[in-house]
Amino acid sequence: MIVAEKISKYFNGERVLHDISVSFEPGKTNLIIGKSGSGKTVLMKSIIGLHIVDNGKILYNDRNFLLMSPKEQRELRKEMGMLFQGSALFDSLTVEENIQFPLDMFSNMSDREKRERVNFCLKRVNLEKANKLFPGELSGGMQKRVAIARAIVLNPRYLFCDEPNSGLDPKTALVIDKLISDITHEYNITTIVNTHDMNSVMEIGEKVVFIHEGRKCWEGNNLQILNSKDEALNDFIFASDFAKRAKQNIDQTSS
Amino acid sequence: MGKVFIKPDRWKMYYRQTFREIESLGLNSIGIVIIISIFMGAVITLQTRYNLENPLIPLYLIGLTARDTMLLEFSSTIVGLILAGKVGSNIASEIGHMRITEQIDALEVMGVNSAGYLILPKVTAAVLFNPLLTILSMFVGVFGGWLACISTGALTSTDYIYGIQYWFVPFYITYSVIKTIVFAIIITTVPAYFGYNVKGGALEVGHSSTRGVVTSSILILLFNVILTQLLLAK
Ligand SMILES: Nc1ncnc2c1ncn2[C@@H]1O[C@H](COP(=O)(O)OP(=O)(O)O)[C@@H](O)[C@H]1O
Ligand SMILES: [Mg+2]
Repeated sequence: MIVAEKISKYFNGERVLHDISVSFEPGKTNLIIGKSGSGKTVLMKSIIGLHIVDNGKILYNDRNFLLMSPKEQRELRKEMGMLFQGSALFDSLTVEENIQFPLDMFSNMSDREKRERVNFCLKRVNLEKANKLFPGELSGGMQKRVAIARAIVLNPRYLFCDEPNSGLDPKTALVIDKLISDITHEYNITTIVNTHDMNSVMEIGEKVVFIHEGRKCWEGNNLQILNSKDEALNDFIFASDFAKRAKQNIDQTSS
Repeated sequence: MGKVFIKPDRWKMYYRQTFREIESLGLNSIGIVIIISIFMGAVITLQTRYNLENPLIPLYLIGLTARDTMLLEFSSTIVGLILAGKVGSNIASEIGHMRITEQIDALEVMGVNSAGYLILPKVTAAVLFNPLLTILSMFVGVFGGWLACISTGALTSTDYIYGIQYWFVPFYITYSVIKTIVFAIIITTVPAYFGYNVKGGALEVGHSSTRGVVTSSILILLFNVILTQLLLAK
């Protein structure tokens, strides 16, 4: 369980996060949604500690991350996997070396065990025979899958995904969403996904937190979201005029 | 930046990276060091020869001048400046690129000390390998002078070879190697610092690379003066 309590973050005097309190549950895909620039990435990176928050608490199973020593923080991070918006694969390493990297760094496995684990993870993300390729030789969807494989190779308890669908076609995006959701349930991971893609919300949004201009405006799940009364949220969900008219029709028939 | 010099997370990974860096920063610089050293050795020899008008000065002193110029100044400082351009821009842009594509964040999330993992192997590789480049440059430069002598007939081979052995001060090599080690630290840490702290996009990576090269070049010149005063003043 990850809990953020009243966290605030400023950049050069400008406030980007306003007292956000939110909790993320194990074994679930927790979504942070909002427009571009609303503060999703900053919120996620603050929770991981890549940004230092100016106020508030961040609790991992009731332990305050901000009060841990750098060594304890690094230990905790070995339980985290992250999928970055641009995949962030190491471009000087092959696919296989990328995935093996955390094992080389932190495990005491033999070379054979490592190879088996790498192949297992590659298979899990449906990417075989790409072992010797470099990230530059892969499509966007394949890069994302390699990045997921790298993120899960150490059996993380927490998985963070920043806009896993960005730059992908809708069909590939769905495959990636499905993969993240399956992995979450299979290994009982606490997963947090940033997205502005309503398809993802409807598909995998077991818990959804809506961020607008650095404030938390709504939380619930994908079944409740279409009926919300929050104006900013409705504006976000029903962005097109077409969708707005459809929503009005639904509201009229239901009232 | 203190994070660079703490104990590596995994020695095996640190050794592996260091060997990679020796290859990419060191071995790949051999060519350019040979080329500039040959030509500079040749030019120094010819210039000394053509500026020497007093018939009382023995010609073999030309060999001595070429040798000492290479030993004292060229093979450490000028090679250092050239490497600051080549290696420095390479380091700043590589690390800057890793910063803006979130590869450094990825290392940090894994729990890796990113500054240490990325920078320390480069410093180690340069400190170990650059002295070899300096010594190589000395030999090649002196050889370039000899080539110039025999190909232009400006000086006889005998005079030149006598000159390069005349009044040899071994400490000049030590002095040059000490300078090279200090320059190696500058050439790797300064551009790495600029790359590591890039914010923004490709344009900023370019700027950081330029700033890294300019700053490390100026520091090399400054430390050249300081070290010369410390090491050679009698
Ligand atoms: N490192 C930074 N320095 C200054 N401002 C930043 C930084 N990172 C993000 N911001 C600002 O914070 C706001 C939220 O950004 P972000 O979290 O990236 O939005 P998104 O919801 O699209 O992920 C934006 O206005 C952005 O300009
Ligand atoms: Mg973002």
